[in-house]
Amino acid sequence: MENGKLITIQNLVKHYPMGKGRFTALKDINLTFEKGEFSGVVGPSGSGKTTLLNIMGSLDVPSEGTVRVLGSEIGTLSHKAAARLRNHNIGFIFQTYNLMPVYNVFENVEFPLLLLKMPVKERRQAVLDALEWVGLSDKVKSRPKQLSGGESQRVSIARAMVKRPHIVLADEPTANLDADNSHHILQTMEKLNRDLKTTFIFATHDDKVIQYLKRKISLADGKVQSDEKSPGNRNPESGHEIQ
Amino acid sequence: MLAIKLAFKNLIGAGLRTWLNAFVLSIAYVVIIWHSGILEGWNRQARRDMIDWQIGGGEVWQKNYDPYDPFTLTDAHAPVPEKFQEQIKAGKLTPILVTSGSFYPEGRIQSVLLKGIDPQQSILKLPAGSLQKDNEAIPAMIGTRMAKNNRLKEGDYVTIRWRDALGTFDAAEIKIARIFKTSVPAVDNGQIWLPLDQLQNMLQMPGEATYLILEPGQNPIKISGWQHQGYDVLLAEMDEIIRRKSIGGTILYTIMLLLAMLAIFDTQVFAIFRRQKEIGTDIALGMTRGQVIGLFTVEGAVHGILAAVMAAIYGIPLLSMQAVHGMAMPEGMDDYGLAGAERIFPVYSTALIIGTVILVMITTTIVSYLPSLKIAKMKPTDAIRGKLQ
Ligand SMILES: Nc1ncnc2c1ncn2[C@@H]1O[C@H](COP(=O)(O)OP(=O)(O)OP(=O)(O)O)[C@@H](O)[C@H]1O
Ligand SMILES: [Mg+2]
Repeated sequence: MENGKLITIQNLVKHYPMGKGRFTALKDINLTFEKGEFSGVVGPSGSGKTTLLNIMGSLDVPSEGTVRVLGSEIGTLSHKAAARLRNHNIGFIFQTYNLMPVYNVFENVEFPLLLLKMPVKERRQAVLDALEWVGLSDKVKSRPKQLSGGESQRVSIARAMVKRPHIVLADEPTANLDADNSHHILQTMEKLNRDLKTTFIFATHDDKVIQYLKRKISLADGKVQSDEKSPGNRNPESGHEIQ
Repeated sequence: MLAIKLAFKNLIGAGLRTWLNAFVLSIAYVVIIWHSGILEGWNRQARRDMIDWQIGGGEVWQKNYDPYDPFTLTDAHAPVPEKFQEQIKAGKLTPILVTSGSFYPEGRIQSVLLKGIDPQQSILKLPAGSLQKDNEAIPAMIGTRMAKNNRLKEGDYVTIRWRDALGTFDAAEIKIARIFKTSVPAVDNGQIWLPLDQLQNMLQMPGEATYLILEPGQNPIKISGWQHQGYDVLLAEMDEIIRRKSIGGTILYTIMLLLAMLAIFDTQVFAIFRRQKEIGTDIALGMTRGQVIGLFTVEGAVHGILAAVMAAIYGIPLLSMQAVHGMAMPEGMDDYGLAGAERIFPVYSTALIIGTVILVMITTTIVSYLPSLKIAKMKPTDAIRGKLQ
């Protein structure tokens, strides 16, 4: 990690093939992220938020420019190395939760640790801790289809956090949730960011999310329009407190 | 290990479909093992019966003898060589004299093989001891098939006609002293067994034989003019019939197996399409594509394990019941010219069972692997959103 930066993006361009030509989804992006940030990429639909998050998460590769995540250059990683980077250091939270339907809550959260080959006892404790962080200690045995949307997203936060990654990437985590649940999970993530110093990067166009962000990167047409730090930007009237 | 654990969870989670596939596959297991077991049981039984009733430990043929050509019989006889006498006296070798003749059941003329056998012999199960001297008529024994075809009962008298060594026709009356039951049609159909010395007298061939039968385990003495025939020749025809039957069986269970494989292949293709979001998520959580392919392959292959368990649950009681009680064979099996027992007791060897499990596991793994290769071409970013196709 050069100069304590977790993520360094230089002159990033992303093309998608389209018909005979190509479509440029990201144009000359330059950004850095530091440890402990609670930031968001915001912008209208189609502005390239997901594309940017996917590249930072090593699920996709840049067309031009360099993206370094924890010292690894995304474009040059082998499939295996990229998988290892994600497994050890990056947690994902998806709009649609993406829980494994046949596993119960405990097993869903346990899954990344199985891939890390963590010993049983340690693993069990880590899963129980993660479920406590998100307030689901009483749902250990439930199946995903028995959970509400808010609960499902909390399981998915626990799954992202259980291995204590450096970075959590959350793409529209509140898009399927009502206001109460949205605030609840944001407060949960805010607390985890504070307590564990995990870096959170969101992609969103939801105002409820935006008001929690400490840094807001605005994207339009694949370009960075603005990059504002907003410490204590949070709307105090929201009145929701983490339990 | 992780893959197997996850695979079991996924499969059990998939519910009915898994059990249907496993069930179809389990039928393949049971049919393969059952059919091979029956064939093996039949094979062993038929061999044992042929050895007990017909060929003993092998035969020694007079050089002109050809069992497939009755016209050779006129010349296929010779005095039993002195060198054989020691084995004959010890009961380890017994001479048989064969000639063709005719007989007249219910006034019809029928051609027949007249076979002379030593009433003292104990090498074959043929009840030659019942050919006791009778002053009124020559004692004879026939098999149940022969008796049924010609409506003969024990105690009946029949006229037989034959040519002696000089070519002169002669006739005599015989008495059916014994009707025996055997699973070997080759000692039954179209033949009448007579005391050896009486047949020798009738043919004016004292001390002569057409072939001799060895006791199992005895080594033949080599003498020119007489040829030893071992199991390789004597059982060749039966082996060929069994082989042909087993090819028929192979076709049957190849179809069974193909059906099961089709069901699993289809399930795999469907699962990979339906679960692309899960595949994308697996990759996002840090699995390599190779690991995901492995996971789906193992998952498909676990069908083979579930099927084996299922097959064991209903197959073991079913098959072992049959191994104890035997399976009734339909009538007319004799038409194969093969020793046809009324009941076949199947034999299931460990090699058969292990071989079947390996065969099924390998084919299941292959059909599970092939569709999984599609995962390697998936873009995780699309898969995560379930956006493919
Ligand atoms: N696989 C792809 N192939 C071609 N074009 C793509 C692909 N993925 C995204 N795009 C295009 O790139 C642009 C940016 O897409 P992206 O998903 O990053 O937008 P977004 O900001 O996340 O939008 P939303 O808010 O709707 O999720 C869009 O115009 C989209 O059509
Ligand atoms: Mg998006």
